[in-house]
Amino acid sequence: MNNDCPNDCLAELSGVSKRYGSVVALDGIDLQVRPGELLSVLGPNGAGKSTAISLLLGLQQPDSGSARLLGRSPLLLETRRGVGVMMQEVALSPELRVCEQIELVASYYPDPLSPDAAMEMTHTTVLGKRPYGKLSGGQKRQVQFAMAVVGRPRLMFLDEPTVGLDLPSRELMWTVLRELVRSGASIVLTTHYLEEAEALADRVVVLAKGRVIASGTVGEIRAVVGHKRIACSTSLSAEVVGSWPGVQKVILERGRLQITASNADTVVRRLAAADAEFQDLEVRSAGLAEAFTELTQETTQEPTQELTHESNQEVAL
Amino acid sequence: MSANSFAIETNVSCNTLSGNTRMSSARLRSAYLTETKFECLRALRAPAFAIPFLLLPLVLYVLFGIFLAGSMSKGDATVARIMFVNWGVFGIMGPGMFGFGMFVATERGQGLLTLKRALPMPPAAYLLSKLVMATLFSAIVMATIVLAAVTLGHSPLSAGQYAAISLVNIFGSLPFCAVGLFIGTLASAKSAPAFANLAYLPFMHLGGLFYPLPKSVQPLEFISPAFYLDKLGLRVVGAPSLDQLASGAAGPSSHATPMVCVVVLTAVTVMFVALAIRRLARVG
Repeated sequence: MNNDCPNDCLAELSGVSKRYGSVVALDGIDLQVRPGELLSVLGPNGAGKSTAISLLLGLQQPDSGSARLLGRSPLLLETRRGVGVMMQEVALSPELRVCEQIELVASYYPDPLSPDAAMEMTHTTVLGKRPYGKLSGGQKRQVQFAMAVVGRPRLMFLDEPTVGLDLPSRELMWTVLRELVRSGASIVLTTHYLEEAEALADRVVVLAKGRVIASGTVGEIRAVVGHKRIACSTSLSAEVVGSWPGVQKVILERGRLQITASNADTVVRRLAAADAEFQDLEVRSAGLAEAFTELTQETTQEPTQELTHESNQEVAL
Repeated sequence: MSANSFAIETNVSCNTLSGNTRMSSARLRSAYLTETKFECLRALRAPAFAIPFLLLPLVLYVLFGIFLAGSMSKGDATVARIMFVNWGVFGIMGPGMFGFGMFVATERGQGLLTLKRALPMPPAAYLLSKLVMATLFSAIVMATIVLAAVTLGHSPLSAGQYAAISLVNIFGSLPFCAVGLFIGTLASAKSAPAFANLAYLPFMHLGGLFYPLPKSVQPLEFISPAFYLDKLGLRVVGAPSLDQLASGAAGPSSHATPMVCVVVLTAVTVMFVALAIRRLARVG
């Protein structure tokens, strides 16, 4: 599929650092996008996600290290003809109609879909004749998505694609993304919605303070942290359970305790011993949200203190 | 949801990926044409931009150039010719300086330029489309002014002269586009109109377009591209400038020969386009 790219990867940052004045945006990171995968880049604001993407797109130059796109320099026009892009906070010309915006972007590519096909695929056909300036925020995102797919790119960079979408539209976009990956496209997706990464990603890279702090499948990331969620109805107070070893968080929610713990088995045994009457037991793996919070907190100065502080707060609730 | 999935499946299957990264010359031409088409279309659809720049020169030319100057000079044909040339220069300055300046500054500020740099848009298509847009506006302005001169202004020029002046002015909008472009790469969307005015107003007044300049100010004329474009146009119709007219029929011989005018206007264009491209390459 990609003969001229070493190691078979579609996009690659190797040993890349980038600073803005005294602020280090990226601190020697390595990042690879493999063929046919949906890679989700997660991280809090200021983690370096957008910088990483703009280096891969050739919008900025790394201070050290190298950025490669489809095996070549991202600065080449020809390279970017294989890439689709959806950015955050872009104001397109409000005077142009939706179909015109899509036709314009299609004209940049060698072998694009017709604007009609792109609109049909992204469920934006009904918006086709409307001026872009009259669309809602969510509709604008859908149109920008159509603009990202219209060039039939092998690789797409989607920066927070579902921000502002209502639930059904979001589900639709997810389905299209899955289908695109199935048909062989690779997608790099940054998102704040952790369930989005969880629902879509083959691989997750977590950035914090300009470094890759974890990468792997959603399952692997969870395993790194290894937390389980336990829910049950019990007469025990949140405070008591919160003091047990291995318990990270306890929340009282509609009469049920929601416990996040690193050693679920021990906690459940202890629950049974302390309150034989406990009911509605439910144990499941913690979501990416918990894993993610945990991982990014580990990079802060005093993780233990912060965790204790947080659990105290939630117990008080 | 399952029904949806099915529908989408059929849609996406037509999206067999394109591994192609080479553009045929026909596709490349289409990229330039499409960019240009939509640039013109959106400028024409933006009434806040289009109306002032299309109507203002016409209205001012009719009021001041035809009626006021006509009655003051008692229908003097030379004055009528000068007025036509001068208001034409005024008309083409606006779209170039403000069109380029505001659009580029706005698109920089709103991330559109960044998106287009990330997309495989041919970089020259960006500038070329805006250039064509500004030229189109200049052509429309010239057409309206010619129409007014013929219908209301007792037609002071021959058909060939109208065509020649229109061509001179349409090409003559290039240096103003270049200055506007440079301003657009420097200023924010909010400050671009102010900066554009900072150049536009002195260019206009020092160009000697509306009134004879006092002797003491005349040396400053040389900083205004409008002065050179005006001289060029006046040469085409064989009329003196307002300064010359005011200081007697013979008039002071001007250093601004047609060759000098062309060289200066070209130099201004090249210099500001180069500055702008350098700045765009650096900051985006």
